[in-house]
Amino acid sequence: MKIVVCIKQVPDTNEVRLDPITGTLIRDGVPSIINPDDKSGLEAALVLKDKHGAHVTVLTMGPPQADLALREALAMGADEAILLTDRAFAGADTWATSLTLAKALEKMEYDLIVTGRQAIDGDTAQVGPEIAEHLKIPHISYAKDIQKEDDGLIIKRMFEEGYHLIRVKMPCLITALSEMNSPRYMNVAGVFDAYREKEVKILSIADLNIDKDEIGLKGSPTKVKKSFTKGAKTAGKLYKDLDEKEAAKMIVEKLQEKFII
Amino acid sequence: MNFNITKEQILLQQLYREFTEREVKTIAAEVDEEERFPIETVEKMQKYGMMGIQFPKKYGGAGGDNASYIMLVEEVSKACGTTGVVLSAHASLCAAPIYEFGTEEQKQKYLVPLASGKKLGAFGLTEPNAGTDAAGQQTKAVLNGDHYILNGSKIFITNASYADTFIVMAMTDKSVGTKGISAFIVEKDFEGFSIGKKELKLGIRGSATCELIFDNVKVPKENLLGKEGKGFSIAMKTLDGGRIGIAAQALGIAQGAIDETVKYVKERKQFGKSISKFQNTQFMLADMQTNADAARLLVYKAAFNKDNGLPYSYEAAMAKLFASEAAMKITTQAVQLHGGYGYTREYPVERMMRDAKITEIYEGTSEVQRMVISAHML
Amino acid sequence: MKKEDYSGVFVFIEQKDQKIQNVSVELLGKAQELAKDLGQEVTAVLVGHDVEHVERLGHYGADNILYANQKDLDVYMTEPYTKVLTEVINNKKPEIFLFGATAIGRDLAPRLAGRVFTGLTADCTSLEISAETKDFLMTRPAFGGNIMATIICPDHRPQMATVRPGVMKKSEIDTTKDIKIESIDVQINQEDMTYEILEVVNEKTEKMDIQEAHVLISGGRGVGNPENFGKLDDLAHELGGIVSSSRAAVDVGWMPKEVQVGQTGKTVRPNLYIACGISGAIQHLAGMEESDFIVAINKDETAPIFETADLGVVGDLNKIIPALIEELKVAKEVKNQ
Repeated sequence: MKIVVCIKQVPDTNEVRLDPITGTLIRDGVPSIINPDDKSGLEAALVLKDKHGAHVTVLTMGPPQADLALREALAMGADEAILLTDRAFAGADTWATSLTLAKALEKMEYDLIVTGRQAIDGDTAQVGPEIAEHLKIPHISYAKDIQKEDDGLIIKRMFEEGYHLIRVKMPCLITALSEMNSPRYMNVAGVFDAYREKEVKILSIADLNIDKDEIGLKGSPTKVKKSFTKGAKTAGKLYKDLDEKEAAKMIVEKLQEKFII
Repeated sequence: MNFNITKEQILLQQLYREFTEREVKTIAAEVDEEERFPIETVEKMQKYGMMGIQFPKKYGGAGGDNASYIMLVEEVSKACGTTGVVLSAHASLCAAPIYEFGTEEQKQKYLVPLASGKKLGAFGLTEPNAGTDAAGQQTKAVLNGDHYILNGSKIFITNASYADTFIVMAMTDKSVGTKGISAFIVEKDFEGFSIGKKELKLGIRGSATCELIFDNVKVPKENLLGKEGKGFSIAMKTLDGGRIGIAAQALGIAQGAIDETVKYVKERKQFGKSISKFQNTQFMLADMQTNADAARLLVYKAAFNKDNGLPYSYEAAMAKLFASEAAMKITTQAVQLHGGYGYTREYPVERMMRDAKITEIYEGTSEVQRMVISAHML
Repeated sequence: MKKEDYSGVFVFIEQKDQKIQNVSVELLGKAQELAKDLGQEVTAVLVGHDVEHVERLGHYGADNILYANQKDLDVYMTEPYTKVLTEVINNKKPEIFLFGATAIGRDLAPRLAGRVFTGLTADCTSLEISAETKDFLMTRPAFGGNIMATIICPDHRPQMATVRPGVMKKSEIDTTKDIKIESIDVQINQEDMTYEILEVVNEKTEKMDIQEAHVLISGGRGVGNPENFGKLDDLAHELGGIVSSSRAAVDVGWMPKEVQVGQTGKTVRPNLYIACGISGAIQHLAGMEESDFIVAINKDETAPIFETADLGVVGDLNKIIPALIEELKVAKEVKNQ
């Protein structure tokens, strides 16, 4: 069984802070991690490797430093790693990203493609399903459990209140939820192997069957018109002489202002 | 002169920190409170190849180096001194001498399970009447055909009640003094071998520190480590390596205390502002970190020497001496900076201070280290 | 594609077990506003089988209703639904197509956007038509919610967006509206059933860990007694959160250790942390000061918790919490009308 896991190296958005004075994002010193949903997808693939001897390849589209994320995946047990990197890929929205990845996948052999449901920086949850569409294969998103059964897979596909148990034939694509498992740590010997025994294959636009106008910023149907932070955290306000009804109304108002309710 | 860590070490550091945060830190207070051995952490460390980092793959290790192993001791010790010594005693005091002095058969039989995480190791030198005066070994080993018979006892043995494999020193020929001491590999199931009482200690309370009792224990001839009479030399060389581990443990404890204190002084407000704004706090922290970083350089230089085939006895002694004394001072200051709260078990620094003390004593007291260092100089 | 050929604000109407989902009705409200700004019409696109109260779609803002009513479209499946909507897009050429950002919407919309080659913007919290440029402006959070981005889809149609439930407001109900329901007939073949649903299970989610909750209502010594924690429970239920506590309440046995927040308990960072009767000792702050928004209710105006809270109310939590629950219920009513 051949599995390709698409991962993304992302800043740990839990550690991102807003500058208290300017209100802008402080990106320095924020550690880069493998996107949590993707890591769970990788763990699911590694479990299939443990159980059924599957071959696991990790693929990422990113800048050169995404090499670190791939090495981590190799140290966890992935067999091969591919880094898709090229300036031409930069500025891509989900359409262009998914197309670029699909073009790379077209040249690979796979039974199963695994992506995370969404990345903690982009938060779109679109790339996985779009890759599947480009490749014209079925996809199942929000997967909480994957089992192999003969030549197909049994997936537990989550909804807000409940789930569907689905049987799907391969080749197919699955988007994984971080709730699905607790990814294993890297193995110490695996870390040494990741740098000594295994290699990260680098692909650029020249290796793909695609025109540079079809990808990157140019190939993106959506564009960012502007981005802004929600503003510096203001000092807390203390209300002293309200009766309970006034207090309740005021709290609800503030919560609505902040989009908390 | 390259002070950088390697690519592999960058990734390992990430692994060590994640593991420590999620597995070690979360139970550190409980391990101390209940004086219980962190068996679940050890089992995970075994699973992830952390118990034989510096040994070659062909012996079940990870194929790494001492520096990478020492980094792990430092990282886990930042959260839990007990976990640090469990690892160090196993890897530096039990697995390492088999690697360095064992026959190929002994390596296959004993080193492979230790390094690959299937078995845990311990080292038995200290006796009720032989501490710093280690040469005064009273445990006897008498050759009887195809085996030795061991009689005697050891005290203060780390990992004792959980270990499978023990490196034990015993006197084979009393008439020639230290040259009459031999080293043996003892299995926990050997007849006549038992574990005695567990010590109740000031610190590293989760560490299983017990007596070893030898009552006519039959140890096969093949389990003699090195040659007869070479035991003392093996023990001393083993302790040289162990000192780097303990130095790393002390360093980790010190750094952990500093990190907790930095967090605390930013939160704690007195006189209308956070106490991190007072120069006294700032100056104390500056001194604490400078000493920790100085210790770090000594520790990694000793590890570097060992990795590069250079002599390291002197460097290891300095690292152990400096790091342990710095750890004691730093943790005491950490408690001071926490004020009354630091004295309670709500905050981890009082445990760190209690854990630090032993690093000045075991694997050669500070006095012994000074003897080693000055002997090198004079 | 020629942009001028495209017109109409379409809303995908999500249904489950024959019931139209609230998020779709909310989107109709927004669609009405957008359609007004564009001088275009609102079309609701409903896919399912024998869905109840289809006319509600008209009452809540749809000018037209396209309805694919087939047995094989009863339960959501990616390929059949994508096929139907692709037909709709190719035939009707909508300017804008809105979806709820739900487990269905976030599966269907990207597959569809991929098929018709257009842009899709996820999880929008605000949608508007720019007065000057007539661009469709889709604003959404990114970077884990730390920044907001406004996205446009200048050259591709339809401009697709998914919107979170509870963000848009339903329109005022208008039962006098003239409703046109047009039937969509799309042949669903065996090869469109790209996977097989073996089992459909409906269940509420299990009990959450305080470290995973987005909303925590936390109680301290000031709550007074274990029974009063029931009030916090009610408030938590109203806000979709769970109850946590300070060490004081755990030490006296009012609450279990698993929900203790603080130095010797757990560290939490929910979107909303409401501290009730908690003084705010340093050991407690260590466990919750990273929460996105902190509200504190305490009788003592000198309580240190007020220094960390974003919003502090001095008062009796036993009176304020019930009043707050009432007020929240009222606010929900207003939204649902």
